[in-house]
Amino acid sequence: MAFLRLSGLTVAAALASSAAWAGCDLAGGNINILSNDFGAINAVVDGARTCEGDGVTFSNNATTEHRDIQVAALTPNPAEYTSAIVANSSIVPLYNDGLIRPLDDLVAAHGAGLNPTQLITIDGQVMAVAFMANAQHLFYRSDILEQAGVAVPTTYEEVLAASEAIRAAGLMEHPYAMNSKVGWNLGEEFINMYLGHGGAFFEPGSATPAINNATGVATLEMLAALNAYANPDFLTFDSNATAALWESGELALATMWGSRAAPILDDEGSTAEITGATMLAAAPMVGGGDTPASTLWWDGFTISANVSDEDAEATFVALMHGLSPDVIMANNDLAVWLAPGYTPGATAGGVFATASGGATPYPMLPYMGLMHTALGDNLSEFLQGQESAEQALADVEAAYVTAARAQGFVE
Amino acid sequence: MPHRTFLWFILPSLMAMFLFIALPIGSVLVQSLHVEHEQVLIESETCGPFGCTPSVSIDQAATRALREARPLGRFNGLRTYTDRNHLATTEVALAWQEAESWPAFASRLMNLPFYKALAFTLSYTFIVTPLVILTGMAVALGVNGLPQLMKGATIFVSLLPMIVTPLVGSLILFWMIDADGILGATLQRLTGDPNLSLKASPVLTWLTLFVYGIWHSAPFAFIVFYAGLQTVPAETMEAAQIDGATRWQRLRYVVIPHMAPLVVFVVLIQLMDNFRVFEAIVGLSAAANASSLSILIYSDLRGDVAQFGSAAATSMLTIIGVAILLTPVLIRTWRDFNRKRV
Repeated sequence: MAFLRLSGLTVAAALASSAAWAGCDLAGGNINILSNDFGAINAVVDGARTCEGDGVTFSNNATTEHRDIQVAALTPNPAEYTSAIVANSSIVPLYNDGLIRPLDDLVAAHGAGLNPTQLITIDGQVMAVAFMANAQHLFYRSDILEQAGVAVPTTYEEVLAASEAIRAAGLMEHPYAMNSKVGWNLGEEFINMYLGHGGAFFEPGSATPAINNATGVATLEMLAALNAYANPDFLTFDSNATAALWESGELALATMWGSRAAPILDDEGSTAEITGATMLAAAPMVGGGDTPASTLWWDGFTISANVSDEDAEATFVALMHGLSPDVIMANNDLAVWLAPGYTPGATAGGVFATASGGATPYPMLPYMGLMHTALGDNLSEFLQGQESAEQALADVEAAYVTAARAQGFVE
Repeated sequence: MPHRTFLWFILPSLMAMFLFIALPIGSVLVQSLHVEHEQVLIESETCGPFGCTPSVSIDQAATRALREARPLGRFNGLRTYTDRNHLATTEVALAWQEAESWPAFASRLMNLPFYKALAFTLSYTFIVTPLVILTGMAVALGVNGLPQLMKGATIFVSLLPMIVTPLVGSLILFWMIDADGILGATLQRLTGDPNLSLKASPVLTWLTLFVYGIWHSAPFAFIVFYAGLQTVPAETMEAAQIDGATRWQRLRYVVIPHMAPLVVFVVLIQLMDNFRVFEAIVGLSAAANASSLSILIYSDLRGDVAQFGSAAATSMLTIIGVAILLTPVLIRTWRDFNRKRV
């Protein structure tokens, strides 16, 4: 497990390299960073900002809508942003259009402090530098499970049994939740559960969909069974909604993002009674599978192809500054950092357990985004009991094929 | 006015309309007739923090060459319009042949995204528009009857739903109908059903959206009608009163005929606005139960892959839909206009 070995290495690497981080040593250049908007990423961008001055200009745009503007913003020459901070899925459209530059030369010149596992390579070229990992995993309330007399679930079948026990004991009517809002969130839940069942999304070596099968039906039936224990409003639950339900003490079991652990476990928005009993565990397995039903995600930075070499270098150096051990140590619990300087803390347990359990990374296929959209848009009728699982999966495949044909992926 | 003078007079507006209306619509039309180039895929390997996996990626050089040769993409004719995500001609024909009853046909139609969206869009348009007119008229008549002193404050309060940003307005309602919100919790208590959810049931979601639509648009109808009420000729009203007309008769035979052109105006605007229903569905997270043509366009353009051809086709279909809706009203107005001229 390269991922786990990181933790031991990190402290030594941090001590060895901290002297090398002082000062940015830049002659000039423009830095403009487009990123998502949450604590860990903002900490990195703020670290990069310290390189401003002495001929170096710095600006940034932190927005949750970054995925929707990144392609348009990086297409012109010169590009609007010198760097886009991306994840497994959002790097794909930038790479598809040739909007990000290979980083091998910059890594060789300025990347001495990086862990080799941080380098994202596509077809042998370094295209991004990852700095944090994320995954959906199980959150549970030890006090409620104890009162209901059930052990910590390690499979989704046990999650169902535990939810039933909690309901039967009269502790909670709707003890479970996942991010099941129609659209991207629901698509992600299907992908996690389907991979947990060992399914494959496409015919080998092609973009032809292959989800309308027994594995797909089992996946949908598990999602429906789980959501029978969720509040009837579950099709409106995004990450903010489930976190709020958890903090208000209305849930005993939930599948949520690892990056939510820090804000849930802090002393704001909830009571000590709830946060004290909140525990993190690996994403459960499902259907007799032996890996957690979850996908592994990374966040990392890319450099635009359509900017001058000077700007590219300045941006790379500044972002390396943003990943310096000092920044990582100061923000240790905000994320599961991949960069040197990180000591895994209480908020990282769920992601680590999920990764070491062998969960698969989110597939970086050029047509996965279209499949994700088709899944998110076509599963709600089945979950509301208005159509069969087979019909829902047939609808997903039909919607996907139509979109993939217009995008030139299938004939 | 001589034709020549008229032409010069209207030229600036014509230019602006051409630049900002005709050209963009023309470009959307061209876009809708094209799809992306065939993607040149190569086998590759991606590596990251979680190890290496065999994968597929796009051959960038080959893709760039294709794009430079033909920047618009492949010409696809009307096939985007007829594919499953739009008019779905093949699927509809098949459903027509195979379905044994009308309900079976309708349920297969509702399984297609475009028709599902169209069903909600049309229901919304035809339920909300008349109720907005009625509510607006009722509020205008009520406010008009108030003593002068109270009018200003009442008008301001009546306009509030329109002043509140649509997304904010729908979010407020979204929180109120939450199972823990004031409306949601009250309904659960009144019906004694702890599982009753305004967000989960399709029927209740539609009702919520209709109510929101009326609440949001009624002030517009109200303010137009209220302005119209100020111009009702006092002599005619007095004459009707002397003739012994009741309050209702005065409304029916004097006020309403006087206001007819304004009603037509509000109907036109409301038909157009309601056909493009959008913010409320986003604000109320109602996409599971209600979808509209605008929502289809929005979801095509969001996410990792923007589907411009598909969004452009839905946009053109929306324009055609609005044109069909407005035709009867416009024909009527045209006839009235001609009659008056004679």
